[in-house]
Amino acid sequence: MRRLVFLLALFAMPLQAEEVVLGLSQDQVSISTNFDGSEITLYGAIKREAPIPTEEPLQVVVTISGPKEPVTVRRKDRRLGIWVNVDALSVSAAPSFYAIATSADWGDVINEADDLRHTISIPRAIRSVGAWSQVDEPRDFINALIRIRTDNGLYALKENAVDLRDSTLFTTSIQMPANLTEGDYATRIFLTRSGKVISKYETSIDVRKVGLERWLFNLSRKQPLVYGLLSLAIAIAAGWGASAAFRLIRSG
Amino acid sequence: MIYLPIAEVSVNAFLLLGLGGAVGVLSGMFGVGGGFLMTPLLFFIGIPPAVAVATEANQIVASSFSGVLAHLRRKTVDLKMGVVLLIGGLVGAALGVSVFNYLKSLGQVDLLVKLCYVLFLGIIGGLMFVESLNAIRKTKSGKPQPRKKHNWIHGLPFKMRFRTSGLYISVIPPLIVGVLVGILAAIMGVGGGFIMVPAMIYLLGMPTKVVVGTSLFQIIFVTGFTTLLHATTNYTVDMVLAVLLLVGGVVGAQFGTVIGARLKAEQLRILLAIMVLVVCGKLALDLLIQPSELFSVGAVGGH
Repeated sequence: MRRLVFLLALFAMPLQAEEVVLGLSQDQVSISTNFDGSEITLYGAIKREAPIPTEEPLQVVVTISGPKEPVTVRRKDRRLGIWVNVDALSVSAAPSFYAIATSADWGDVINEADDLRHTISIPRAIRSVGAWSQVDEPRDFINALIRIRTDNGLYALKENAVDLRDSTLFTTSIQMPANLTEGDYATRIFLTRSGKVISKYETSIDVRKVGLERWLFNLSRKQPLVYGLLSLAIAIAAGWGASAAFRLIRSG
Repeated sequence: MIYLPIAEVSVNAFLLLGLGGAVGVLSGMFGVGGGFLMTPLLFFIGIPPAVAVATEANQIVASSFSGVLAHLRRKTVDLKMGVVLLIGGLVGAALGVSVFNYLKSLGQVDLLVKLCYVLFLGIIGGLMFVESLNAIRKTKSGKPQPRKKHNWIHGLPFKMRFRTSGLYISVIPPLIVGVLVGILAAIMGVGGGFIMVPAMIYLLGMPTKVVVGTSLFQIIFVTGFTTLLHATTNYTVDMVLAVLLLVGGVVGAQFGTVIGARLKAEQLRILLAIMVLVVCGKLALDLLIQPSELFSVGAVGGH
């Protein structure tokens, strides 16, 4: 089935008459101790073998997606006068970060069917299997997840944020917040015409901890006992050091 | 701004130093680890709860160690009593962890932890407040306080002499106190000082002066054990966060110990009572008032 869809997709864009040539301001984001978010600038051109088709304007959609991971969304309700978690939805996979930039209003750049096929919009990027068996209104839970992550700067849909010139050159910048998780951030560029995807380009941005952050993270995962003992040793040394220092100050 | 490698968030380093310092002062003054204040504060600034709880345990080790050294020099630590409480505490912590896991399997551990907080903070804070007010009134009117009350506790077997505390009582009550505090500490994710201090004063009849040092002594070991447990099973101890909190914390604890020594016992108790009641009130309000966001997002299996 999947292969069939793929074949159909191929059929839908048989020519690849227009292709993306892309440049990134950085293809790696290094999370160091003073990491405070990052802004990635994407710039690109559209390569053609034929003159620009004129019937409909070309549009560009850019998405950057963090690693997908399962999350639980819980809902509170009033029970016996207090607010408690009453039900929860386990979402099978939601990107830890997801940003979309488009060159026009959402409705003008992509149609429903191609959005579904390429999982472009934020609700499409969140996959929940068997949601109806878990809660009555899974849509509310998914919307809440999107709302909370949008407020945290983790999800963003920026319409008209891609600057497209003469249907040939485009540029956009995407803001990444400080609370990023590590991983390969899939970056996709779609060229669309009258809502249909006519070309697709994919690359990835490597988000990695470096230096001390890297070392501590690795130690905590690979040698947890050593890490725990080291934490305790630091704590005791700091406690003793402060106590000794304070006594010196007071006596001298 | 500083990026925390385990929590995977960026926070203001000076904010963390300040928080550590403020809670450290309280810890030195009252002999509480400060976890019951710091853990909610960490949630508030956006640290994931699991990381906050585990890292807080590590920070408590540091501030308690700093505090206990100051108390040792002043000879206000009852080591013998501390060890008895510790034995009970470790047994209790082990029991508490299994209770915690059982509640977790029921899926409502969050609520029960909060209810535990409200209940215990409310009862302890209220009792202490009333008792200290009475004590202050009595000292003002010039009546001598009845120092030693003989109750059923003094009739139990296995008596032991606790010289520093000036007590000759059975080891059973301190052991039971240790176990109960251990259970609660494990469930509520704190050192348990705020429960143990009143228990030592009112149940065991220990003098307030030695209570603080002894409680800190016991807390070091319980939270040290908790830190190791969290680091090896959940990987949630954030060393960078811990270092920032404890640099502020250990300095604060030293000042706190000095301030604590200058205040009268009744004043110290009434201040602690007020603080406990404030935290209790805040948590109770959170449960009663409709939250602005009914939904919350958590990692799978986390709480």
